[in-house]
Amino acid sequence: MVNAWPLLALAALTGITLFVRRNSDITTPPPAASKLAATTAADPVTGEETAVLTAPPMVPPPITRKHATKVKVALEVKEFLAPIADGVDYTFWTFGGSVPGSFIRVREGDLVEFTLKNHPDNRMPHNIDLHAVTGQGGGAAASFVAPGHSATFSFQCLNRGLYVYHCATAPVGMHIANGMYGLILVEPKEGLPKVDREFYICQGDFYTEGAYGQAGHQQFSMEKAIKEEPDYVLFNGRVGALTGDQAITAKVGETVRLYVGNGGPNLVSSFHVIGEIFDAVMAEGGDQRTNNVQTTLIPAGGSAIVEFKLDVPANYILVDHAIFRTFNKGALGILKVEGKEDALVYSGRQQEGIYHPEGGALQTLPRGDNAKIAAAPADRSKEERLQLGKRMFESICFACHQKEGQGVPNAFPPLAKSDYLMADRARAIRTVLSGQQGKITVNGVEYNGVMPAQNLTDDEVANVITSVMNSWGNQADMVTSTEVAKVRATLGH
Amino acid sequence: MRHTAWLCAVVVGCGAEPPQPASIPIPTPAPAESAQVDDPGPTILVAVPASEYRPLFPSKGQTAVAVAPFALERTPVTHAQFLAFVAAMPEWRRSRVPSLFADSGYLADWAEDLSPPPDATERPVTAVSWFAARAYARWRGRRLPTLAEWEAAAQLPLADGGNAARAVLAWYAKPASSGPQRLGTGTRNVLGIADLHGLVWEWVLDFGGAMVTGDARSDSDLQRSLFCGAGAVGSARPDDYAAFMRMAMRSSLHGRNSTKTLGFRCATDQIPGAR
Repeated sequence: MVNAWPLLALAALTGITLFVRRNSDITTPPPAASKLAATTAADPVTGEETAVLTAPPMVPPPITRKHATKVKVALEVKEFLAPIADGVDYTFWTFGGSVPGSFIRVREGDLVEFTLKNHPDNRMPHNIDLHAVTGQGGGAAASFVAPGHSATFSFQCLNRGLYVYHCATAPVGMHIANGMYGLILVEPKEGLPKVDREFYICQGDFYTEGAYGQAGHQQFSMEKAIKEEPDYVLFNGRVGALTGDQAITAKVGETVRLYVGNGGPNLVSSFHVIGEIFDAVMAEGGDQRTNNVQTTLIPAGGSAIVEFKLDVPANYILVDHAIFRTFNKGALGILKVEGKEDALVYSGRQQEGIYHPEGGALQTLPRGDNAKIAAAPADRSKEERLQLGKRMFESICFACHQKEGQGVPNAFPPLAKSDYLMADRARAIRTVLSGQQGKITVNGVEYNGVMPAQNLTDDEVANVITSVMNSWGNQADMVTSTEVAKVRATLGH
Repeated sequence: MRHTAWLCAVVVGCGAEPPQPASIPIPTPAPAESAQVDDPGPTILVAVPASEYRPLFPSKGQTAVAVAPFALERTPVTHAQFLAFVAAMPEWRRSRVPSLFADSGYLADWAEDLSPPPDATERPVTAVSWFAARAYARWRGRRLPTLAEWEAAAQLPLADGGNAARAVLAWYAKPASSGPQRLGTGTRNVLGIADLHGLVWEWVLDFGGAMVTGDARSDSDLQRSLFCGAGAVGSARPDDYAAFMRMAMRSSLHGRNSTKTLGFRCATDQIPGAR
């Protein structure tokens, strides 16, 4: 009931009837207040305060004030070198030292006095265009400053909602591509329904001279940016910004609200949380609450507020469901939820079995026969095996291990210069024949995934292993069909 | 405080008496404490033949601006050269310069009035205002290059066949906190003019005209078109990011401003070797 007073006051003023809203139920839509009521019911600006700013993924506390005030916001622009992925450095331009920039939280009707400071060590002039501003350029011209200078302007928050802000200095795409965006929330007068946890996430696309993961200092690629072909698509400006120790956390039974922005500069986000359904989405950061949404579209330079209750423990995966961006470009975050299981809501795996599409009669066919049926010359040359193996790699294995055998960090181990692969050829053969599950350490990095068994003939296995053990800097003797057959014999199938 | 008092006098004067002369007086220097320093002398000039500059924002019907032959200094002005200037012209020392002509960042990396940072002969002077740069040029009997002259020289091919825009992108990608590098670490063009790209930004005479008309202190419509998507409207080369960056930098400046990465070089109409 904490937020009911302004509503009742508004009801008294406008003579409309309100339904009293249960604050705990986040799927209940708020009463529809017309924009006119929101913008012309002049709320006198009284008092003054300095905005609480937070770096992602944190969000400043809800505003409990019941009146409009003057809010001072000061953001410092800093240019600096920082990792965009492990071993890859990039020069970021930032609002407040983080990507995305500091989260700004104000209230509908507030008068914001905004100061932009351009650090003297910076090389570029900068400014800010806040989409929450009604006025020329969203503040861009008024805030345009050279390094070592600052500028101040004021605006009134006429419209509530979740808005993107960004640098708008030419060449604007480059300023955004380097990380100059963030979110400003203009809370409705009546506040937002209470939730247990709030987080701040922004997606952005990045364009580097080198390919994804290529180590060293990578500079901005103008060509790729113009072609809209990013190497990185990231949540909060770094591969792994929201995974491992950096994962955001909550408990079963809690309600969570995510303030999600998309800085772009180019891509639109299909924001999705694997294993959850959004109980409510305020699409595009506006008033309209939509319930029961799987994936919400967030335009470049736009936002969404998503809310959900956590019913069962899991690692919920935040993704851009344009899924190659998650798989190959870094768009992945984790919401780690601990608490009591509820088998009724989700059971986990209940039964495991073998599925034979051919029917039961074929179950007795020994797999070894399969290998013999397709028996191929046992005396292929190494050249031949390399060629055939490469072709097979490029049709099957590359999907996970990648074209150059480099793997995918934290998901699929590399084959190129892999100590694990090269240390034990019988194990390599066994892995292809019967798959691999559980923790392994490759080049000092732990992987905990699943590789399915491959239904290949001895000859094919010999080809592909010969190929991967002699590619991308690997070197080894040829693997023969006989060698594969011996390993297969030890597997008992 | 002297200039503040002078401003008040003008304001009062306008109301009560005939207007004062319009020229901006440079405050009378205190009795000259001329300091003895080594003057490395002016920088060698390089003749730039008649050429054309294609503006980033051409006026209607305009494709190129003709640039008459002129001469441009081969490298940016160094700390040591600027020291000779402030030694001879005390009113441009850090402690004396009126705040109308230089903001508080002026020569901020100098320890004292006559103490530039180390390697003064090899590093470009930065943190100088446009007024100070112009005064230096005049003291040398030269002038600042115009925007068209500077850009015409900057768009000449590089001696090593490299790409100037790429050099600028590489330069900004390095953190600036360590201060400018030595002369000669930037690009060199076919005429031998060095460091137009990749060392420091440079003042030009008409920097305030970066947006065709108007000056940097107003919020004219033309200036606003610099921002966001509107920045590409009317641009002849929307993919020349380096040119956009220079233009944005110039547009962000007032004549009294200074930044750590902003220096200058001089030009002249007296072409070496010409009669």
